[in-house]
Amino acid sequence: MLTAFAILTDGLVYAAYLFLVAVGLTLIFGVMRILNVAHGSFYAFGAYGAAIAVGMYFDRGLPVAGGFLLMVIVAMAIGLVLGLVLERGLLRLVYGKDEIVVVLVTYAAFLILEDVIRLIWGPSSYALYQPLGAAGTVDVGALVLSGYDIGLVVLAAVLAIGASFALKHTRWGRLLTVVIFDRELAAAFGINVTLVYTITFVIGAMLGALGGAVMAPKIAVTLGIGVEVIVLAFAVVAIGGMGSVGGAFIGALLVGESRAAAVHLVPQVELFVIYAVMALVLVFRPQGLFTRAQPRKI
Amino acid sequence: MHHHGCPPTFVLVAGLSLSLSPFAAGGVHAEEPTTPVKIGFVTFLTGPAAAPFGIPDHNAAELLVDNLNAGKVPAPYNQIGLGGAKIDAKFVDEAGSAADVVTQFRNLVERDHVDVVVGYVSSGSCLAVTPVAEELKQLTLLDICGTTRIFEEKPRHYVFRVNPHATMDNVAAAKYVLDRIKDISVYSGINQNYAWGQDSWRDFRLAMKGLDPKATVDKELFPKFFAGEYGAEISTLLTSSAQFIHSSFYDGDLEAFIYQAGARGLPQRIPLVLTTGESSLWRLGSKLPDGAIIGARGPHTFFAHDGELNTWFHKAYVDRFNEQPIYPAYDLAQSLLGLKTAWEKAQAKKGGRPATEDVIAAFEGISFKTPSTTVQMALGNGHQGISDTAVGTYKFNRAENKPEIVDIVRYPAQCVNPPADVDSVPWLEGGMKGAKCD
Amino acid sequence: MARRPIVFGLLAFVIVAAAAPVLPTWLVSLATVAFANALVVLGLIILWRAGLVPFGQALFYAIGAYAVALITRYTGMRDALVLIAAGAVLSCLAAILAGFLLARYREIFFSMLSLAMSMILYGVLVKTETLGSTDGFGVEPPTYFGYAPQGHMRLFVLFWLALTFCAVSALLISLYFRSVAGSLAVPIRDNEIRLEFLGVSVDRLIHLNLVISGTLAGVGGALAALSIEHVDPNMSYWTTSGGFVFVTILSGAGSVAAAFVSSFAFEFLKSIAYDILPGTWQIFLGTVLLITILFLPEGIGSLYGRLRRRKPQSMGTA
Repeated sequence: MLTAFAILTDGLVYAAYLFLVAVGLTLIFGVMRILNVAHGSFYAFGAYGAAIAVGMYFDRGLPVAGGFLLMVIVAMAIGLVLGLVLERGLLRLVYGKDEIVVVLVTYAAFLILEDVIRLIWGPSSYALYQPLGAAGTVDVGALVLSGYDIGLVVLAAVLAIGASFALKHTRWGRLLTVVIFDRELAAAFGINVTLVYTITFVIGAMLGALGGAVMAPKIAVTLGIGVEVIVLAFAVVAIGGMGSVGGAFIGALLVGESRAAAVHLVPQVELFVIYAVMALVLVFRPQGLFTRAQPRKI
Repeated sequence: MHHHGCPPTFVLVAGLSLSLSPFAAGGVHAEEPTTPVKIGFVTFLTGPAAAPFGIPDHNAAELLVDNLNAGKVPAPYNQIGLGGAKIDAKFVDEAGSAADVVTQFRNLVERDHVDVVVGYVSSGSCLAVTPVAEELKQLTLLDICGTTRIFEEKPRHYVFRVNPHATMDNVAAAKYVLDRIKDISVYSGINQNYAWGQDSWRDFRLAMKGLDPKATVDKELFPKFFAGEYGAEISTLLTSSAQFIHSSFYDGDLEAFIYQAGARGLPQRIPLVLTTGESSLWRLGSKLPDGAIIGARGPHTFFAHDGELNTWFHKAYVDRFNEQPIYPAYDLAQSLLGLKTAWEKAQAKKGGRPATEDVIAAFEGISFKTPSTTVQMALGNGHQGISDTAVGTYKFNRAENKPEIVDIVRYPAQCVNPPADVDSVPWLEGGMKGAKCD
Repeated sequence: MARRPIVFGLLAFVIVAAAAPVLPTWLVSLATVAFANALVVLGLIILWRAGLVPFGQALFYAIGAYAVALITRYTGMRDALVLIAAGAVLSCLAAILAGFLLARYREIFFSMLSLAMSMILYGVLVKTETLGSTDGFGVEPPTYFGYAPQGHMRLFVLFWLALTFCAVSALLISLYFRSVAGSLAVPIRDNEIRLEFLGVSVDRLIHLNLVISGTLAGVGGALAALSIEHVDPNMSYWTTSGGFVFVTILSGAGSVAAAFVSSFAFEFLKSIAYDILPGTWQIFLGTVLLITILFLPEGIGSLYGRLRRRKPQSMGTA
């Protein structure tokens, strides 16, 4: 019984992690049809920024709540700068080219940014452990849940609801949705698609950096953390459907719960789970769970 | 006349490559005793393995090369460089696929004409490079990788490894934990799902079976290497009945696991046995609860035997790099000092600059002092080193704000390493016959 | 006119082959790996022309490599041609099987499903401790019809073998591009539905292209295994696939020869980067890639077209 509960909670926590990492990517892909490999860099920069800045903050013994707020602010700032630099400086040069060429440009950017991280912060690892301790624990029988993990789940849920709401009920959100559905039509209606692109990319970058920032207290912030999340984010986005925030959420839940079940019950298959889920979903719904099959244009 | 730009590009590239071939004189044979010795150091300079292994390794290399070249290392290593010839070091990144590692090795040997190659952290790299080293007749010292397969799969002539392999770590850990925690009947393990983690767990389980047949395994978890998020694994361990948890986690994975597990009270409830834990102690500090059982893959840092060499090495490292040396730094020191011993012995015997074959003959089976202990090249026909080891318990000194290890127990080399003619896994399966533990 | 590129191409291969004993040995072994990888890239070009870019081509590469390694390890067979043929046959079979599923997908979903398959193989290999898990295991040097070369000859003979496979593949694929089936790849990318209305089964065509490229990748993997003398699960990992895609885009979809030139250039550049920038070689590679994309968006293969002041050949015949 406790195991079932543990699987439920563990799945939720892992799903929150996946969602936070993938939501920025799915937005960027949905609107701009760019599979942004540099998303891993946003994550890494967010993590490093948080580890350094928030670490310094806590070292001075300032109030805890401010520390959490600082994490978000730092992430947003980093995402803003990085997103703008990448989009205006680089991507703008290759719009209109073959999709795969654009992916490659983001891959080149990712390679460069990996070494930029090393140049700025060196090869050592950084730790931001204060938020984890500050959040406390909740006991459920033998199971101890971390308050921070619960916070992550809440954050993911809030973000999912907020993003869905924004997309459906705000002017900007609806503009984005139109561009996701049909970019040409949107331009024909006088929507400034270029501006939408820039804003979307920057939002995606901020979300990616936020993912890194909130994960920083749980991990060792070191070289290479961006690499692992790229594939995870891609898989979740593929499962949920490109451009669908709800899809990313459900996709994250699916993978999170499957993985948690695997770890508790059948640890041997844990390595495959995310790819098996992705393969299964793609077999039965090739366009992902939540995207409408695009009508084929003749 | 030209087809698809192929010939012009080809000519350009061929010309470029010919111009890159160094004009260095031929191998080790033809030189004066004092011509510099070229050593290629290969380790992780980028990627996640840089912080825990590559950088300490690289730092130790720089430190020793500079000090050896200046003759400042304490006796018996006070001769300049190797036998009077200064060391010319070249550093290469180990990152990349097996193809990249092998290509870089060939470049070091055939393009840069190094005299010795020292390095390799990843067992995969070691396994890929060893046959090539044998084929190219290149004297190679494998440094940190722990796989037992190098000398157990077939005998090697040009490849040496000074640092003991990983079997020793897990046998010692098993003995220590059985001594420390009475009446063990159940234990669990969490190891990374790749060769290192799988092999470590296998060795530990076999050692436990030999020493305490009634102990059973409750959970054996293998999260993906570099998974980062261990929530599900921690929940599983919290709800399991284990009396201790074995882990060969290191660096980023270990630290992430400790932060997350610590926040949920796991190490406080179930003791952890961390066979390579030493490498993260300075970063974990007070985050690692007291009582964790720690190994250092040899008697390094906290476990080092006192001596002038150790005092010198430790101080020189801290002074220069402003951080504490961890076991990979000691591993490199052992490799380089072993090489120096063999080189100078060969030189003394030959009466002039030794050739590769002379060094090999001198290296096989020797015994030499290192900052931590004494190493004997006793396995693999004299190509694989063994040493004693030690395991201890973690205690964070809050007053002085630094990590410490207490209740150290030492295990002699012949107690925790297989005998010369037996492979590790059969030795473990056979109950470690032939071990001399007094 | 169509004959000339083929003749010159073959001439180029002969020149390179003859040059081998004169070149430094480290360059020869580097070139062997580069040409093995070039075969994979050639397969990717075939698919790219049809508008598909799999992110999991490493699947077939790894199958070819492991086929060679397993046969060498568990039987006494050491003959290079037999081993490579085995790698080709096994990867061909895998491509036929995988194609039944993959050929029905397009665009990013094709790419992701291909990725999933290669990662599942990776997972299986990592879990297989008898095969050394992530450490992999070694491959004995091959023999050639009984001849077991020693010393530097080992390098040269393997290099010539790789070159031969490259030359034959280049020839065959050039001919394929000129065939009906081959030239139909471009219309698939442009407008599949019209092709269907013409009576062509697009799924079957794609399946065929998959099998061809999968087999090529398998041969590349087999050659790579013989050259590096080691196989490990990383050969099926997504970063390996990524490396192939990287070189494919560099070379552009227009030219068969470009696959070999770019592959070699990439390996060579990587080598230089490691040598002179040991801690920052990623910046170097990333920058080179960016410059290539920005200034040569059609890939290296378009250089020829530009030199000749023709229209940049993005989809032309080889």
